[in-house]
Amino acid sequence: MREPANIIRADFGGTLLETRGLTYRADGTRFVDDVSLRLREGRITTILGPNGAGKSLLLRLIHGLIAPTSGNVIWNGRTLDAPARAAQAMVFQRPVMMRRSVAGNLRFALKVKGVPRHARAAQVEALLTKAGLQDMATRPARLLSGGEQQKLAIVRATIGAPRMLMLDEPTANLDPSATRAVETLVQDVQAQGTTVVMVTHDQGQAKRLAQDVAFLQSGRLAEAGPAARLLTEPQSRPMKAWLDGELYVD
Amino acid sequence: MWTKCAGLFFALVLSVAVMPTGAKADEFIVVQSTTSTQNSGLFDAILPVFEAATGIEVRVVAVGTGQALRNAQNGDGDVLLVHAKAAEQAFVDAGYGLPRRDVMYNDFVLIGPKDDPAGIRGTRSAAKALARIAAQKAPFASRGDDSGTHKAEMRMWGALDPTDASGTWYRETGSGMGATLNTGIAMGAYVLSDRATWLAFGNKADHDVLVEGDPAMFNQYGVIVVDPARHPRVKVAEAQRFADWLTQDEGQSAIAAFTVAGTQLFYPNATPR
Amino acid sequence: METFADILLRAFALIAQGDPVLRGVVGLSLYVTLSATAIACAIGLPLGAVVGGTQFAGRGGVIIFLNALMGLPPVVVGLVVYLLLSASGPLGVLGLLYTPAAMIIAQTILITPIVAALTVQVTSDMHREYREQFRSMGVGRLARIGALMWDARLALVPVALAGFGRAVAEVGAVMIVGGNINHVTRVMTTSIALETSKGNLELALALGIVLLLIALLVNAAVMTLRSASVRAAYA
Repeated sequence: MREPANIIRADFGGTLLETRGLTYRADGTRFVDDVSLRLREGRITTILGPNGAGKSLLLRLIHGLIAPTSGNVIWNGRTLDAPARAAQAMVFQRPVMMRRSVAGNLRFALKVKGVPRHARAAQVEALLTKAGLQDMATRPARLLSGGEQQKLAIVRATIGAPRMLMLDEPTANLDPSATRAVETLVQDVQAQGTTVVMVTHDQGQAKRLAQDVAFLQSGRLAEAGPAARLLTEPQSRPMKAWLDGELYVD
Repeated sequence: MWTKCAGLFFALVLSVAVMPTGAKADEFIVVQSTTSTQNSGLFDAILPVFEAATGIEVRVVAVGTGQALRNAQNGDGDVLLVHAKAAEQAFVDAGYGLPRRDVMYNDFVLIGPKDDPAGIRGTRSAAKALARIAAQKAPFASRGDDSGTHKAEMRMWGALDPTDASGTWYRETGSGMGATLNTGIAMGAYVLSDRATWLAFGNKADHDVLVEGDPAMFNQYGVIVVDPARHPRVKVAEAQRFADWLTQDEGQSAIAAFTVAGTQLFYPNATPR
Repeated sequence: METFADILLRAFALIAQGDPVLRGVVGLSLYVTLSATAIACAIGLPLGAVVGGTQFAGRGGVIIFLNALMGLPPVVVGLVVYLLLSASGPLGVLGLLYTPAAMIIAQTILITPIVAALTVQVTSDMHREYREQFRSMGVGRLARIGALMWDARLALVPVALAGFGRAVAEVGAVMIVGGNINHVTRVMTTSIALETSKGNLELALALGIVLLLIALLVNAAVMTLRSASVRAAYA
């Protein structure tokens, strides 16, 4: 039986992005099923759920990387379009490092975002400092450790001051110290005013970072709301089971 | 980085564009001739004499007779120098060339393995020797490429048509003289070759000249200037100088003076003007 | 027939003597083939990167076509170029037949499909890896093609060498459009063909070994440059 979706009430922070009845179907299966969700501006929202719940797919749908079968993505009151997508940035589970130096990766992104040539060097330095990678400017990016690559990917994503940063299980493959470094960086980014949407399957990470939470089960939104409430008193059976460490099969 | 690459690229393109094409534009002519003539070494011997006397560089394109005729017909040469009289006359008659002139002749020889399975050694008549080869079904390697040599070979067979046996004892290589000799020697076959190529040939193994001297084995060369009425870009003045030189004293003696292993290969026979 | 060891010695003797005729022939071979390789790369690398890095209708067909063109017989290319450059042909006025320029043109036509097809392969794989990230960042088409080409640079070096190898080894095209004219358009491969047709098989083989050594040198030089970058692990 379908659990009622909790619509997040806007206490503070207006809705930056909203999905309405978002569905993605392929091969006869609904991988994302009628998800209506609101993401509040300036907050860290974590999207939780077991494997195969459709979390990564949902992220790609709201970034416009994939077209939905039905439903809408509304950005700031308008349907998601190219300029809206340009105000979003995404970090993937496995960071995509170009075959260049650390600084080279940043310079490429700066060029793409239209930063004039003479301004790039200064920005590269600032970004490297933010990520704690000052000594690695000339290192081949692909030789960095997983955590270092993710930090680089995150600061690279902040180029052009996006309003929303999306992260798809960024620390899934990282050890605790690298995870902490990444989480600190994510919080720094949010502190600058960027809205953060992060997919994670790690309860602990959700508890540490989330201000808002959305829980997906089998492509459907089981519930959504402030993290403080949902993580202590989940209403939906799937989320309850997940928090208790049980396997929920419907 | 990109500017460096672009610079390198343009430098390369420019160097290709200004690369000397070999000599100054008007001081060379292109002669379409045959591989057998080229391989004999004749050109290496006589062309320097002409070039020294006139300052005109002669560039020889050596291909099969058919290709030489076709190239000249297309206007891709200033002079045609081959040994296929009938085809040459047809070339002139069709309007592609100015009147043909005799230059020289060499002769063909019938090569065969030392053990001579068809027993033709010393035969005076080429036709008789070939008839014996056919009767014995001894392996024979033919050029089979419609060249001057091939046409001469077909004339020598006379009424016999060996192509019926093609693929059995009669092997058509469809190649030039050198390739045919290589193939024929490797399979212990008889081969009809021009003497010049044979003498200069480096892979004789234990093959030898078995039949020679029959007048039917004489091979006439003719020189034709490509008709500028057909192809205006032909360098007719220089081409004419070359044709004249070949058929007059200087050229004729240079031809006669050319020897390989002490043997004269080409016999000048231009008609004096 | 000499032994192989004798032929090998003959090859080294040829090189050691520094015979000017041989040097001229080697020089022309390198000039023609390196030029053709450079031009083929200038055309084929971007072309391959565009096909490898872009989705468009008929892409599969284009790839099949390029791959098929890798098998172009050199002699056929030579024939086509001859017909174009012949005095009776459409481009006869240029007077390029029987010059090194014609040989460069023919070899360029021959190896551009190879360079392009292999570039498609290399950049396709890289495009798959970068696609989502590039789309997320909003990378425009031109920037994408350029980025693919630059990032694939180490893998593209062997592609260029493959083109070079095919061109330096072919005889059919340069024979027809060049005419194998002594001191003008005679290159290594046509020299080998000539000596073979004269029955000078040992000399032909020795020349063949010289050609092989040159190809070896070019490959070694290029790969040494490349490995310096690989040590910086940009792959």
